[in-house]
Amino acid sequence: MITWQGFLKRFLSDPVAIGAGIVLLILIVMAIFAPFIAPQNPYDLLQLNIMDSDMPPSWRDGGDERFWLGTDAQGRGVFSTIVYGTGISLLIGIGAVIVQGVLGVTLGLWAGYKGGWIDSFLMRMADIQMSLSTLMIAIIALALFKAAFDANIYADYAIFMLILIIGVAEWPKFARTVRSSVLGEKNKEYVDAARVIGLPARKVMWGHILPNTLTPVLVISTIQVAEAIMTEAALSFLGLGMPTDKPSLGSLIRSGFEFIFSGSWWITLYPAIVLVTLVLALNLLGDWLRDVLNPKLRRGDD
Amino acid sequence: MPLLEVKDLHVAFPKGKKGEVEALRGVDLVLEKGQRLGVVGESGAGKSMLAFAILNLIAEPGRVTQGSVTFDGNDLLGMSERQIRRIRGNRISMIFQDPMVTLNPVLSIGKQMIETLKAHRSISTREAHRLSVEKLNLVAIPSAESRMDAYPHELSGGLRQRVVIAIALLTDPELIIADEPTTALDVTIQAEIMSLILRLCRENDVALILITHDLGVVAEVTERIMIMYAGKCVETGRTRDIIDAPKHPYAVGLLKALPQNSAKGAKLYQIPGSMPPITNLPTGCPYHPRCERSTDECRASMPPLTQGVACFHPMHEQAETAQ
Repeated sequence: MITWQGFLKRFLSDPVAIGAGIVLLILIVMAIFAPFIAPQNPYDLLQLNIMDSDMPPSWRDGGDERFWLGTDAQGRGVFSTIVYGTGISLLIGIGAVIVQGVLGVTLGLWAGYKGGWIDSFLMRMADIQMSLSTLMIAIIALALFKAAFDANIYADYAIFMLILIIGVAEWPKFARTVRSSVLGEKNKEYVDAARVIGLPARKVMWGHILPNTLTPVLVISTIQVAEAIMTEAALSFLGLGMPTDKPSLGSLIRSGFEFIFSGSWWITLYPAIVLVTLVLALNLLGDWLRDVLNPKLRRGDD
Repeated sequence: MPLLEVKDLHVAFPKGKKGEVEALRGVDLVLEKGQRLGVVGESGAGKSMLAFAILNLIAEPGRVTQGSVTFDGNDLLGMSERQIRRIRGNRISMIFQDPMVTLNPVLSIGKQMIETLKAHRSISTREAHRLSVEKLNLVAIPSAESRMDAYPHELSGGLRQRVVIAIALLTDPELIIADEPTTALDVTIQAEIMSLILRLCRENDVALILITHDLGVVAEVTERIMIMYAGKCVETGRTRDIIDAPKHPYAVGLLKALPQNSAKGAKLYQIPGSMPPITNLPTGCPYHPRCERSTDECRASMPPLTQGVACFHPMHEQAETAQ
């Protein structure tokens, strides 16, 4: 077991972890306080002016002081849309991981503890799901959803649909991780002891086994947030993600991509830089977490 | 009415498509209130299996195929899961071999104790906390109050086993099953823990089933002994009688194998061979391949348990056992 003090000490002695942590913190704070940070609300059509469209960043010829990263074809400030879009991307990433986690942990715990045909059934389901790519499942589901409802309903519920689809499509990763940990834990004597005490299976599973399997869950959670954000960006880039009037980072990249050959590179470039930075920071933190929580790589000083 | 009565208990595990192997092959046991019984045998004799079978906790795919377990008039094997949970950990507790692994590493001592109490009594957390501290004091854990927040890895092996005993005592059980409670501990700590268990059982009139392979401990603590071999009871009786005059050749061998019973400087005695795996038992008496006294009769059929011993050629003279 690693203590909080040891954890903090390891964090503070690793420049990569500090760097990634600070970057992530800045992006999260920026997303939470978007209305106070962004000079303009890109969702409010009254604040947009078509005359402002396609302006380059403020330090270039034809730039405007009000839009320091320039504007897009609808006259929205690129900086403002990035600030709001980061929030939407993070929300989808975290929301999807919560869905994955709840589904995956529950089913993985159940499969691992009960064993037998329940285990076989759930794991074969996971295998089947893993053999279909997440992107493919998401494209089919979203395309159907988009065709079945009209554009307004789609725009309103797109964020929930993305969370749900990415969440459901990726549950096997959590389920397999948890199941393999449970298989390692369930034959330990403390589990027998808990059953001998007279606790029902539900309490043995959730109260005794689960806390001992949370380390790998924590590690994959961070990496899965990054993965979900990437998936969402890819879907948005294909036109199946967030609608243009409520853009995530992925839909910003897409909307700018149409103008990249007419010279308006800033609409695509800046959201892309933020997306790459966000995903990189999450992955670096996930890797760091995996190393710290792995007892085999533990150094003697904590 | 005895506190615990086990009759002709069989436990089997499936093997291959249709076959089954028996881990317990007809065990009988009677335990009076407050009585202390030692169950002795080599590894794999089915001692722990017996403990789990009594609590109806045989791990899948094993199952009880025959026999009954009656505790204070209740048929433990015929009960629903909900009913038996009221007895498990409440009226019958269990102490395991290795305190390093029987306590959950990620939960504090206090949390594990309070949870146990709350599973069986409808009491407040504050009251459960008070009772837990009381039991920790009873097993002589220093500064019990502050240990409630400790995690298992912060305690030494001896302290941890004391915590395990305190948990076993929480609900004031009538029967404690101790499965090799001192095997994983230092020799110096072993005696302390054993005398603690003995004292607590005596003071609270708790019955004890002590599973061990240490005849020395059994001689000090228990009133009766049951010697198991390959899933069967081969000899049973009063502790003094068996220690002084064992009848079954296996019991004789076990006693002879005790280091304190061999001459200084002489090679230590060991029973030749090892216990056959339950998947491949010999015909007749399972001990006959290792037995000096075996005859054709032993190879042909299993001797029944008569007058506390299952042997066609039991030892009678005490002289034969002493060197």
